[in-house]
Amino acid sequence: MSRLVVKNLTKIFTLGFFSKRYVEAVKNVSFEVKEREIVSLVGESGSGKTTTARMILRLLRPTSGTIHFEGTDIWNDLNDKESLKDFRRKVHAVFQDPFASYNPFYPVERTLWQAINLLENTPSNKKEAIELIKESLFRVGLDPKDILGKYPHQISGGQKQRIMIARCWILRPLLIVADEPTSMIDASSRGGIIKLLEELREKEGTSIIFITHDLGLAYYVSDTIYVMKNGEIVERGDPDSVVLNPSHSYTKLLVGSIPKLYRKMEDI
Amino acid sequence: MENVLLKAENLRAYYKLEKVSVKAVDGLSFEIYEDEVVGVVGESGCGKTTLSNVIFMNMVKPLTLVGGKIFLKVNGSFEEISALSRDEVKEKFWGKEMTIIPQSAMNALMPTIKMERYVQHLAESHGLDARELIDKTLQRFKEVGLETSWLKRYPFELSGGMRQRAVIAVSTILNPSLLVADEPTSALDVVNQKVFLKVLMSLKRRGIVKSIILITHDIATVRQIADRMIIMYAGKIVELSPIDELLEKPLHPYTEGLLNSVLTPEPEVKKRGIVTIPGAPPNLIDPPSGCRFHPRCPHMMDVCKEKEPPLVEIEPGRRVACFLYAGERT
Repeated sequence: MSRLVVKNLTKIFTLGFFSKRYVEAVKNVSFEVKEREIVSLVGESGSGKTTTARMILRLLRPTSGTIHFEGTDIWNDLNDKESLKDFRRKVHAVFQDPFASYNPFYPVERTLWQAINLLENTPSNKKEAIELIKESLFRVGLDPKDILGKYPHQISGGQKQRIMIARCWILRPLLIVADEPTSMIDASSRGGIIKLLEELREKEGTSIIFITHDLGLAYYVSDTIYVMKNGEIVERGDPDSVVLNPSHSYTKLLVGSIPKLYRKMEDI
Repeated sequence: MENVLLKAENLRAYYKLEKVSVKAVDGLSFEIYEDEVVGVVGESGCGKTTLSNVIFMNMVKPLTLVGGKIFLKVNGSFEEISALSRDEVKEKFWGKEMTIIPQSAMNALMPTIKMERYVQHLAESHGLDARELIDKTLQRFKEVGLETSWLKRYPFELSGGMRQRAVIAVSTILNPSLLVADEPTSALDVVNQKVFLKVLMSLKRRGIVKSIILITHDIATVRQIADRMIIMYAGKIVELSPIDELLEKPLHPYTEGLLNSVLTPEPEVKKRGIVTIPGAPPNLIDPPSGCRFHPRCPHMMDVCKEKEPPLVEIEPGRRVACFLYAGERT
């Protein structure tokens, strides 16, 4: 069974107060994500990839189309608070800007406490909960001593993004939606974040959707790549066929424009 | 020595603060030849941008030149520009002999000043005829693929890629021999990046600029146009090498780590896997003793902590600062 089925998803934004303008941000997008699958939505800014992610995360209501997660229609069947909480437990987001994901007035472990409160079997006492937090931090290669009690401005961007993944180790979600998770951190810590997400997939069978403009990243991690352009999916396939043998003219342009390390562009 | 355009000897430039100094450029020696493209690569905070300021003698406090010399070839003879003050260098050489496209130059354009005015400013500051210079700019706009009517527009009417091309057109109008571009492509999307690289190379091919120094953190971009590469780490050059040899066989462990952290859509990269360099770059107020890379280096030896490795030539044209290669010299 597919973990996530997106069918004919469309989002139209209405702009203006008197004279209305309509922007079709996502047009008739359909795709599936299987268990243990890593899927990338690739496209430039304005291609509708983040809008798609927000609809999957149940943050933005689609104009038409359906999203089924584990067989449930997330926009029509999640009516009571309990089922919604369950959805939040099973679907986790990692956003682009780790600086915006934390409240600067609270210590960073607050985001981890929030995850603990979401758990189905909440730990009976505080000591157990702290153990759980420490374990999750170890999992992502952080020393709890360096993190606990610190405020967001005292830790680096890479550490913040790791803590977001530590949350995933507490909740063990079925699906992670990662929106440009590595674009705001140094190249040298980027590899670490990717490895952590891959490890989560290996050990827990988590499915991951990467939303990214970086075709290099998508090529490296994904099982399936969807290329988006102006709200539509223009090409889909496994990384080797999309990147090494693109068929759509836009993908060709994109692949041809990306500088490569081992090949020199001939037409410069 | 004949075809050297710029020569730097043991350059040291620190940011002198009240109690401490940040050693952003610490003992760099290199030369830039005529008719070549040199890439300067390193992580954020390794002193790349400071180096571009030093080359231009753009010493604005707290940045101070502590030692070293810079020679620039002007009309066939070498001028020691490090002996002059910032204002003298600015008046004599900026724009005419050397020009820079600073980081995010495209965002530095004042939205309420027409592109044309920038050319007029340039003419005024160099005592040239504005009318003539504008005609020249129109020609240059065509060469970089911009419509000539854009010269009469305001910067906010142009897209990011167009603004960047407008900046390069205006900054090279006096045919300087050296062009320094500091992260020119990092704010552009990949399609515009490629267009920009094409413009850079066409300027060089036409002989408008002789040599280009491209400062960036993105090795894959530099790789497309550079002949040689300078790898910087914590204010020092760790490796200087022709590009193909460097990619084939990186000598310094830092270069190797840097290459292995690059993710490009290529089968080689997938096969290699992604490797990261542990730790973070050091604080340049109090850099590590000996080799500055030793705390992060996988091949660390005792000597690395105590002594600083000199930058030595171990193969023709290839220089590296690492004790791993010390044995090969003797």
